[in-house]
Amino acid sequence: MKRFVGALAVASMLAMGLAACSDDGDDKDNKSNSTPGGSGAPAVPRLDGTTVSVAAVWTGDEQAAFKKVLADFEKRTGAKTEFIPTGDSASTFLGQRVEGNAPPDVAFLAQPGVLQQFAQKGWIKPLAPDVQQAVQANFASQWQKLGSYQDKLYGVYYKGANKSLIWYNAKVYENAGASEAKTWEDLLKNAGLISDSGTPPFAIGGADGWVLTDWFENIYLSQAGPEKYDLLAKHKIPWTDPSVKTALETLAQVFGKGDWFPGGSGGVLQTEFPASVPQVFGDPPKAGMISGGDFIGTNIIKDTKAKIGTDAKFFGFPAVGTGKAPVVTGGDVAVAMKDSPGAQALLKYLASPDAAKVWAEQGGYLSPNKNLGMASYRDNATRKIAENLITAGDDFRFDLSDQAPAAFGGTKGEGEWRDLQDFLRNPSDVAGAQSKLEADAAKAYAGG
Amino acid sequence: MSDKAPVPVVVPEKTKPTPARESRGLGSGTLLGWLFLLPAIVMLAVLVAYPIVWSLLRSLFGADGWSDFVGIDNYKELFTDDDTFTALKNNLIWVLVVPAAVTSLGLIFAVLTERVRFATAFKLIVFMPMAVSMLAAGITFRLVYDREPDQGVANAVVTSVHDMFSEGAPYPGARPRNDTVLTPQAGGFITKAGTEPGGTALLPLVSLPAEKIPGDARPAKPGVPPAGGLGGVVWVDFTKGNAGKPGAVDPGEKGLPGVEVEAVRGGKTVASATTGKDGSFTMPASVARGGPVQLRLTEANFAKSFGGYDWLGPNLITAAIIGAYIWMWAGFAMVLIAAGLAAIPRDALEAARVDGATEWQVFRRVTIPLLAPVLVVVMVTLVINVLKIFDLVFIISLGSSQKEANVLALQMYIASFGGGNNQGLGSAIGILLFLLVLPAMLFNIRRFRRENR
Repeated sequence: MKRFVGALAVASMLAMGLAACSDDGDDKDNKSNSTPGGSGAPAVPRLDGTTVSVAAVWTGDEQAAFKKVLADFEKRTGAKTEFIPTGDSASTFLGQRVEGNAPPDVAFLAQPGVLQQFAQKGWIKPLAPDVQQAVQANFASQWQKLGSYQDKLYGVYYKGANKSLIWYNAKVYENAGASEAKTWEDLLKNAGLISDSGTPPFAIGGADGWVLTDWFENIYLSQAGPEKYDLLAKHKIPWTDPSVKTALETLAQVFGKGDWFPGGSGGVLQTEFPASVPQVFGDPPKAGMISGGDFIGTNIIKDTKAKIGTDAKFFGFPAVGTGKAPVVTGGDVAVAMKDSPGAQALLKYLASPDAAKVWAEQGGYLSPNKNLGMASYRDNATRKIAENLITAGDDFRFDLSDQAPAAFGGTKGEGEWRDLQDFLRNPSDVAGAQSKLEADAAKAYAGG
Repeated sequence: MSDKAPVPVVVPEKTKPTPARESRGLGSGTLLGWLFLLPAIVMLAVLVAYPIVWSLLRSLFGADGWSDFVGIDNYKELFTDDDTFTALKNNLIWVLVVPAAVTSLGLIFAVLTERVRFATAFKLIVFMPMAVSMLAAGITFRLVYDREPDQGVANAVVTSVHDMFSEGAPYPGARPRNDTVLTPQAGGFITKAGTEPGGTALLPLVSLPAEKIPGDARPAKPGVPPAGGLGGVVWVDFTKGNAGKPGAVDPGEKGLPGVEVEAVRGGKTVASATTGKDGSFTMPASVARGGPVQLRLTEANFAKSFGGYDWLGPNLITAAIIGAYIWMWAGFAMVLIAAGLAAIPRDALEAARVDGATEWQVFRRVTIPLLAPVLVVVMVTLVINVLKIFDLVFIISLGSSQKEANVLALQMYIASFGGGNNQGLGSAIGILLFLLVLPAMLFNIRRFRRENR
């Protein structure tokens, strides 16, 4: 079954042309049974008789959940809403709508780079002053920065993702006597322990390049610090920088261990992300743990019998070197593509904790909104991930490869994805990997 | 074309007068003629000529569009870029291997089906893959080539054949606790220091999953050396959290039964023993008499079971995709060739047989020459088809092997839409592809004209 999902993904990739979606394989699954509630309304105007159209990538359960959010907005304002699915390559879809003079009122974008690009082209409108206030009141300044272009606020980060987690099979940990790691050294020690106990410690879906970039980003953010991370994301320091060398060497402490993965390095490079989750949580387990985002929870529920919280547990990606534990995030930002009161009203609503609460209660959702009460989340696991995201304050960073031009950070078989796969194949050649990364980055940043 | 194909063999065309160009009495001939041609010409112009010219022009401009004239830079990049070179190389492999393989397979099928009873059923089955879309076939073969033998048919077959001939080792993947006692040697492990007569060797191993340790294994206990001999134990030196002392037998650690231990002196095996249920072994005094011996745990204990091939890995990927392609297209070749075969005059074959030719000679000297026109048509069609191959490669290859599987059509797509969005470079690759297909096209056109004359 899970293989079919991958197959379908391929199918839709082909149908859609290039799927610009990169790191967010977050088709969260949720059994929604709660109904939207919440009071203490944000001051949104009455909009009887107007229609607000919203374009977003969500399908299935996510779409159903978001439609409940829209229903709540309709109830509060009297406006009608229309949901437009964008398909996998949202930016191409929206570009076509703009060219055709029919942009939606509000659109959700998955990459900060796309927001910048749209703002530069004048396709999106800055937030109205009252919406700006709402955003400033409810979001850490880092989220505001991500939603800005040239110091003007354009976007509301309605949905977030936390990519700095390590999920593990509780039974494997128990058998090996391993424990949740707080530092990188701890993690390596525990990995060694699990290996000694007879189970390869890590599952890595290395056939999907973004899995490897997430590994690198977590290490780099923690080890080199947020400032360097920002510079590298903008390609203001080259990939041949010594900080990258250190990070790759650190990464090689895991990648270089042939017997730490099921099937060795060759096995990793032939395992796609959806297949790597059951390696850890299937029966019998073929690996002990897997690094990845909150969306792994969805894969566990869909593809394995493991129960989150008892069989499947997680901890935050450990701190590397002297740095803090990293928090690498993803997220969907809502932007106004038309100068309409409806668009601004919806954005203001989406910036409120009330709007976040509607989806949080249905599950499969993380909100970057710091004023959303943790009690809104349905289960402890999500609550813990959300806490991790919120308490990071301004220290979290957005997925680096999502900030890079797609040719470098988001294309199958190309750029950073491919270079890290080559590095996994040959982890001793740090310098070679660096020069390849730099060459590809130089080309992509020049072109984009 | 298949039913026409055998005809040219015997027709002495050369003597026929070419029909004179003259109007055939439909009024003012040429104008009406052009009128009839118009729809076709418009279609051709819009769908063929215009895209070719447009691509040619576009290939002279860079990624930013018409404002970005770069001359022949795109072509320069094309011939200096490693990716394009790999693509070109792979295209060459495809062209050399696939048409020949598919045609010969089709020929074999066609000739053989002539002689079996359920020919139609057989042909139907072989032809069926043609009805499957490239996309579906690609996804299917993605699964066929899956690395896990319990998911991928290819590896399931390979490993079960392999396992028929060699039995798996009891403890695959086990390794020494540390390298102070044992070092790897020829797939097994050997002690660094020799064991003196009367000595006890502790040989600690780790990394064995619980289910690989036999149920009847007992807590590890070193074998007591007989007088003048030596003893020892092979055991799983692992307790939860590595709480035990590494290299020492701690309570709760289990012995490994059935491990082959060899005594080695000067590189020569002088004796061997097998461990008991508690992992213990002993060797008699006769072994140790000549001084200390090294102890070797042989490869037979640890050899990893054969896990099949990495079909989708960088080395095999092109071969794997070609396999899928042949599966799809063998039916096409077979049907065309079978039709050609049916049109061969029986009397020629009969005459050869009467003259005493063997079946092989008939096939080799009569059937093949008579079939040659059909074979050429099939080959050329396949060459054109193969040069354009895209879908199978795009779908079957993984992100980690796409570069190695790359072909020109895929490289064109990647350059144009794969993030870089350099449609100038993409157009240049398109033009290159067009130039490569052109000879085959011209060849086909010439053939048609000759046949129609």
